[in-house]
Amino acid sequence: MTTSTVTAPASAGKPAAPDPARLRRRRGIAQWGFVAPAVVFMLLFFGYPLVRNVVMSFQHYTPKTFFTGEAPFNGGDNWADVFQDALFGKALWHTLVFTAGSLLGQFCIGLALAVFFNRRFPLNGVLRSLILLPWLVPMVVSGIVWRRILDQDTGVLNSFLDTIGLGGHTPWLTSPGMALFSVVLVNIWIGIPFNMVILYGGLQEIPRELYEAASLDGASAWRTFRSITLPMLKPVVTVVLVLGFMSTVKILDLILALTDGGPADSTQTLGTLTYQNSFVQLDFGAGAVVGNVLILISAVFAVFYLRANRTEGK
Amino acid sequence: MTAHPPAAARRGRSRRAVVPLAAVGVLLAGTALTGCGQQRDPDVYTVMNSSTDESYHRWDAEAMARCSKRLGVTVEQQSVPAAQVMTKALRMASSKSLPDIIQFDASEMPTFADAGGLVDLRSLGLSTDDVPKGIVNFGSYKGTYYGASRSVNTLALFYNKDILDEAGVKVPTTWDELRDAAKRLTQGKRYGIALSAGGAEDGVFQFAPFMWSNGGDETKLDSPEVAQALDYWKGLLKDGSLSKSTLNWTQADVNDQFMAGNAAMMINGPWQVETLNTDKSLHWEIARIPVPKAGEDSVGPLGGSVLTVPNTDDEQRERTAGKIVACLSSQKEQLTYALNSWMVPANAKAAAVWREKVPELDALADQVAAARSRTAKLGAGWSSVSLALQSAFQSALTGQSSEAALKLAQQRATSGNRG
Repeated sequence: MTTSTVTAPASAGKPAAPDPARLRRRRGIAQWGFVAPAVVFMLLFFGYPLVRNVVMSFQHYTPKTFFTGEAPFNGGDNWADVFQDALFGKALWHTLVFTAGSLLGQFCIGLALAVFFNRRFPLNGVLRSLILLPWLVPMVVSGIVWRRILDQDTGVLNSFLDTIGLGGHTPWLTSPGMALFSVVLVNIWIGIPFNMVILYGGLQEIPRELYEAASLDGASAWRTFRSITLPMLKPVVTVVLVLGFMSTVKILDLILALTDGGPADSTQTLGTLTYQNSFVQLDFGAGAVVGNVLILISAVFAVFYLRANRTEGK
Repeated sequence: MTAHPPAAARRGRSRRAVVPLAAVGVLLAGTALTGCGQQRDPDVYTVMNSSTDESYHRWDAEAMARCSKRLGVTVEQQSVPAAQVMTKALRMASSKSLPDIIQFDASEMPTFADAGGLVDLRSLGLSTDDVPKGIVNFGSYKGTYYGASRSVNTLALFYNKDILDEAGVKVPTTWDELRDAAKRLTQGKRYGIALSAGGAEDGVFQFAPFMWSNGGDETKLDSPEVAQALDYWKGLLKDGSLSKSTLNWTQADVNDQFMAGNAAMMINGPWQVETLNTDKSLHWEIARIPVPKAGEDSVGPLGGSVLTVPNTDDEQRERTAGKIVACLSSQKEQLTYALNSWMVPANAKAAAVWREKVPELDALADQVAAARSRTAKLGAGWSSVSLALQSAFQSALTGQSSEAALKLAQQRATSGNRG
């Protein structure tokens, strides 16, 4: 050990330095030491449940399992059952509509507000913090309050529409054709602050000189927005959309509080279906199948996200 | 960067890398250990229930204190939200940390019993001598008596006396009378009747008296009797005597509507009485749920919870737990509990005393006597039928034909590996 350092004194001009290979190895161990807790944590709290969920989807996992510990493998029975259930197709479609609708609404309104607040005007700060409120209210509370607001007969919204002479008998949550739309509306309301805050942060990063240059060149407001704001905002837009997607696609609490999946299953999503299978029917295998489908969908988008990030890194 | 550490320090560094690993390991071992089998305190017995409401929690605590004193042990309660009792109990079963007594909603008890999780109460020395047969069945699964009820409840027709008197409407007893009364009582913003057709167990519970009184049955959802019952609900909606919001209402919402004067009558249960009585200006009374034709039996769903002793493989403790259940469901405790909670005592003798003390709920006691449990025929299979039925009546109430919706429900209820 000591001999090597002595025999290679000229290696880097530093007399006590060990040889590069050893240095690298030592550094490697140290690096692993730092990474290890994170790896262990991930394996334990993300890897294990994930694998468990996949395994469970191939098992006949019922209340009996909790006593005997036995969950016999039943091949693809759970998968076949779930895919044959007409409700699964419906729930998948509702999930897609819900996610696309929510993201579109949240993003457009969030971006508009972010651009609006990017100017300087009195009370800007106060108004901006007020808009954050929906984000601070727990999802279940928003859900319950909105359920009252949207009540067909006694809800505030219909009373208001009645007063201004716009009907006032809209069956927001009680018509199967309307309920999903209403749920999306509420979720847009909830998601606006998140979109606005992140996009506002992104806007602040764009150098003012660019806008000055654009105005010197006589660019219109729309042209400035399209040629400067949007391209410069692109990385932030990706983050907002991907994070928004992941939190929206797995929606459960809001729908349980608003409609409980009804009326007539018109607001069942993959999230509520998992819940129903696992915790109402206590058929944990079937619940795991739907859960896995959700994970798969999220994973696909996570890959897109990482791709997008990598191209930006270049 | 300048000085390189000597060998000792180098070892120190790699040791530093080990420390977080070791810490994680200790933490893991810790959680793993606490997860498995909790040490039970020899003289402390736990009851898991869903008494999360302040008043119920207090009544239970008082009853448990009296039984603790009588039996010379300490009885503690652990209250979790009603929807979580089953899943929490299952998790506790897999980690061998079940409480000594679990209070299940009676419709959930068969699931836990079916999994082998409960002890036969008769083998622990509980007697069912004074308990009516219907209520013994209510706490039984496949002929074994697993759950002792303290009180039972069912649904009844609540009506606002002032509104009925003012409109000169007699209390309806048949379906035709109810439909007619509801129509006549609908005025301005007020609906004739409120009920819950929500997409959850509440809605199914409320549909049951209409389905059963008409001779329908949960084992055959596509029968004409069930379809007629559903058509009757559709009729109330069509007349405009029932708000379309019924699809989104829980039974608590229905009670709110009734109290706010938005409905002249409602289908609801005695657990609302405490809330109803907070409004002194509201004069309500109850009657039996109207039947299809005069003279027929009004069959309501039996509701309520049962006290069970889970299987913990500790016979000594199970026997004491049995004594605690016997004490909590004794005639005296039942009466106290029933008077507090406005529910009907399960024990026949206690029920007789209760009738004298609460004459205004007499109709409820009659309704209970003829009531039926939801799980009597299907046992653990009830939950999938219930889900299918919810979806069916919601589809039918929003436009589909009752026959088509129920036919689909019957297919869904019997398909797959459910139940």
